[in-house]
Amino acid sequence: MTEYETHDYDVVIIGAGGAGLRAAIESRAMGLRTALVCKSLLGKAHTVMAEGGVAAALGNVYAEDNWEVHFRDTMRGGKMLNNWRMAQLHAQESPDRVRELEQWGALFDRTADGLILQRDFGGHRYARLAHVGDRTGLEIIRTLQQKAVADGIDVFMECKVLRLLHDPDGAVSGVVGYWRPTGAFVVFQAKSVVLATGGVGKSWMYTSNSWESTGDGHAMALWAGADLIDMECIQFHPTGMVWPLSVRGLLVTEGVRGDGGVLRNSEGQRFMFDYIPPMFATETADSEDEADKWYDDHTAGRRPPELLPRDEVARSINAEVKAGRGSQHGGVFLDIASRRTPEDIRRRLPSMYHQFKELAGVDITAEAMEVGPTCHYIMGGVRVDADSAATTVAGLFAAGEVAGGMHGSNRLGGNSLSDLIVFGRRAGIGAGQFAAGRAGAVTVDRGQVEAAIDAALAPFEREAGENPYDIQSDLQETMQSLVGIIRTGSELEEALGRIEELEDRATNLAVGGDPRYNPGWNLATDLPSMLTVSRCTTLGALERKESRGGQTRNDYPQPDPELVKVNFVERIAHPDAAAPGTGGTPSVRSISVTPEPVPVMPEELQALFEEVH
Amino acid sequence: MAEEIVRGTQSGEVTLRIWRGDQDGGAFEEYVMPAQEGEVVLDVIHRVQATSAPDLACRWNCKAGKCGSCSAEINGRPSLMCMTRMDTLPPGETVTVAPMRSFPIIRDLVTDVSFNYEMAKRIPPLLPRSRTEDEEAAGGYRMAQMDVDRSQEFRKCIECYLCQNVCHVTRDHEENKTAYAGPRYFIRSAELEMHPLDTNDRRQLLQEEQGLGKCNITKCCTEVCPEHIKITDNAIIPLKERVVDAKYDPVAWLGRKILNRTKRTAAEAAVSAPAQGPAAVRPSEEVRGVPLPHPHDTGGAVAAAVAAPPATFPGDDAPPDA
Repeated sequence: MTEYETHDYDVVIIGAGGAGLRAAIESRAMGLRTALVCKSLLGKAHTVMAEGGVAAALGNVYAEDNWEVHFRDTMRGGKMLNNWRMAQLHAQESPDRVRELEQWGALFDRTADGLILQRDFGGHRYARLAHVGDRTGLEIIRTLQQKAVADGIDVFMECKVLRLLHDPDGAVSGVVGYWRPTGAFVVFQAKSVVLATGGVGKSWMYTSNSWESTGDGHAMALWAGADLIDMECIQFHPTGMVWPLSVRGLLVTEGVRGDGGVLRNSEGQRFMFDYIPPMFATETADSEDEADKWYDDHTAGRRPPELLPRDEVARSINAEVKAGRGSQHGGVFLDIASRRTPEDIRRRLPSMYHQFKELAGVDITAEAMEVGPTCHYIMGGVRVDADSAATTVAGLFAAGEVAGGMHGSNRLGGNSLSDLIVFGRRAGIGAGQFAAGRAGAVTVDRGQVEAAIDAALAPFEREAGENPYDIQSDLQETMQSLVGIIRTGSELEEALGRIEELEDRATNLAVGGDPRYNPGWNLATDLPSMLTVSRCTTLGALERKESRGGQTRNDYPQPDPELVKVNFVERIAHPDAAAPGTGGTPSVRSISVTPEPVPVMPEELQALFEEVH
Repeated sequence: MAEEIVRGTQSGEVTLRIWRGDQDGGAFEEYVMPAQEGEVVLDVIHRVQATSAPDLACRWNCKAGKCGSCSAEINGRPSLMCMTRMDTLPPGETVTVAPMRSFPIIRDLVTDVSFNYEMAKRIPPLLPRSRTEDEEAAGGYRMAQMDVDRSQEFRKCIECYLCQNVCHVTRDHEENKTAYAGPRYFIRSAELEMHPLDTNDRRQLLQEEQGLGKCNITKCCTEVCPEHIKITDNAIIPLKERVVDAKYDPVAWLGRKILNRTKRTAAEAAVSAPAQGPAAVRPSEEVRGVPLPHPHDTGGAVAAAVAAPPATFPGDDAPPDA
């Protein structure tokens, strides 16, 4: 039997990106014993990579902007599949959350009269993104990190959480994990747990996500009996780097297009004019001349089609490449060099300048960038109550990318950073209130802990077996080629078969060395979540027989007006029943997919959509 | 619509010499790997993990120079592995990858950087002024871009700790770590001191507990900063000036300055400066078996910056000449 240490807290937060940090600050402010547990060092979470900005209707650049316009843009961007209440809270509260960051030390770029400057982004009617050049995520994570340090929050770094623990009555009672530097196991006993674990992108071959984005929170919630919704809705960001291969998938901020950059094919044509969907036709420019006037004055012309929502732009780039009009390395050209002065480009997009110069040998002030779609974000996630961030499991809360509903089937750029601070705060309050009101002692079941530890250590016991890197790479190839930006029923079936084979192979993992800072073993413990979320995405993609946002079916190319009314809910039949050979992970083969109604928007909000049509 | 998977073209082989071990000792091990066009050092490290040594420990996250996790010493130069292209290193030669030398080893390329997180806790946070009536009406503080420019430069810091690693105040003198914040936390203090909203005062703390005077402005930190922050010129020197303004009477300051010059010549100063003094060999270096190359020995810009040390001394109360 393996020893483990135990820590006792009121609220334990898993993940120290924007959402986790914001939740911890709030829970700590309520006077609760709060622990923040993260898989990497503090300050390295994926939030740090966000570039373009944080969306908030501050009205500093266009006074006409307000929460109702932001709400409407968010819902339309999500193709109306969003949880309306989340979208409403988000639009209403993000301005205060951004101003609060400033109070805590964030230094956003300024307007001429000294207020927070806002930039244009796809799908946002007005210039709405507060930003710091193209390193806004760094500014936000650092601000929150420094606030958390000043508040004296207990941070537990480089700790991988394996499983959620629960009381006999099913309520969450803590988590079990291990310290990556030592391999020693640890239990955090808690009255409530907040999942702020981010996304799932590492299961695809070309992704903007780091190694951490393995869907741990999604998978642990599902295994614990929580509902996941809309797991098929994956955002492929239109502009990732494509060459050299070493950096394929690396994010190129939408700010390039917001600041005037345009997309061209190998024939030099601004092809986005050919791909304007009917839903956005009335508000999108139909000539280059009109589009170019808009940048300086939004009343002088309609929006350029390069600033359509991300799903539209990504599909269009994909179509151009398939039609043989792509660049040498299978992308298209993103050109800002011919449109802005070198000084302007270096000032507004310093990271992009640096990134292309150093990694691709391309000077973006003189040449066009080669870009193509990259797996970026999952809109689907753990089903939560909009106001409290509570999941369907008592004591379990979720915020940020791991939570579903806010973004519908497609997220607008800039709405992620604002999501983190709005719902991170709400999850901190929700989890704090639950912990404060929870009666009786929380119990940790030793059997659950030991099952998780045994499963984690099993790969060391095998003399020979599967290399975790091989399984990861086969999974990435499967998801990239069969569950990518354009999907079709037969390929999704094939993907499901391949995932089943990989699940079987993963019961026979073998790793060498010892548990101290062992990346091979760390990956072996990430694979169960990667495989589970890949299965969930594939199952959801098979069930949603339509094309909407981050779910595009070649065999069902149109949106289905009936399907906008349903979330596809995935849940596991017997959360406690361990699958054979997995040493404690419930059988993911028992996942069901059920269409359930999307909450209906009240009439006064529906009216916002009628006004513009 | 199955997506086509793009394959890279192989371009020969590369040999990496990677330090493997823990606090009890270790040695460099050689790995020969196929190479692909446009790769960075971290790509090759990942290939080693996937094909030969799955337990090779290294930190990384973003692989885009934004998170500052993959700091190491590549051919003796403190660098980010994700931003060091293989084709910028001498062709055909073995590439040496070692952990940062100034921090205790956890395993292989991973070091214990908790020193930095402890220092972060000692910086008094921002105490913002209250909003004016006009600002309340406008819904936020007013700050001119030119007034936030300076602090924004320091807030580009990705906390890779390469500056903390290379600073010889602690690199060669472990004992200084108890009372020396290091370049990363000097720019943090500078950022707050120059923050348009801040009302806090960190000057006494900087001088008395964080060892600002120990920095003898050799600019090694600036040389290795992947964000190209002018740490010495824009943060440390202005901080030193502020501290001096706070603490000293200008007349006495001038007197001390003259006195110092008569007491010690520039040549003597060069000899006593830590960078030029006898290297303090840490016990951990011996047990690791192979002494790690010192960046000052590798030639190039870092060495050039040290070649002409300024005439100030570690621990000296005198302000810099700059």
